[in-house]
Amino acid sequence: MIEILLFASLKEKTGHSKISWDEAPLTVNELKEKLKRTVPGLEEIDHLMIAVNEVYALEGQVINEGDVVALIPPVSGG
Amino acid sequence: MGKLFEIVNSPIAVQDVINKVIDPNAGAINTFIGTVREMTNGKKTLYLEYEAYIPMAEAQLKRIGGEIKSKWPESRTAITHRIGRLNISDVAVVICVSTPHRDAAFQASRYAIERIKEIVPIWKKEYWEDGEFWVGDQLETKSYPKGRPTGGESQ
Repeated sequence: MIEILLFASLKEKTGHSKISWDEAPLTVNELKEKLKRTVPGLEEIDHLMIAVNEVYALEGQVINEGDVVALIPPVSGG
Repeated sequence: MGKLFEIVNSPIAVQDVINKVIDPNAGAINTFIGTVREMTNGKKTLYLEYEAYIPMAEAQLKRIGGEIKSKWPESRTAITHRIGRLNISDVAVVICVSTPHRDAAFQASRYAIERIKEIVPIWKKEYWEDGEFWVGDQLETKSYPKGRPTGGESQ
């Protein structure tokens, strides 16, 4: 199982701050495609950054069992 | 003394951040204080809420500190960013950089705030009189054309 964290606008759009995903391993891109199809509010996930275990991930990176994935909307700190 | 790079929920004591970079070899400490602005493009903000992915945000702040260290080896950097509800003029972020000479301290603190706006997972929600809005990036383009923030690779 992998844990998916949602923040800010995504948390509000989906109504979830955390989603458990029962499928691993898979690539960042594969996860994006699946989330887009199955989770209402994540239709625009293509434009998001993904972090795996607190590090920005590339599209082809493999997500393994036990990893923590975060969906990162455009940041606006400072 | 707290961590050099931290996210906090309460008001930031600016002097505490300055104290973290005091160095006998320093001839300058540059302190940047980011505050909550009331008017943006003619629109009045009532207050803001910041949210962060705290462990990653602190790791990214630390990464920025590392980048500064490699560009200005004799520098010391401390950054504190506040989250939660902030009112107008509240301090949202404090960046302190000490260096032997002033030019590097100015440059490095400028570098830090620009990088924060690019790679640190912190989000700002604006509350206006007539609504609310999660701000995208600072250019308000609301997406990353290249799929990730420039230079955000954590290697």
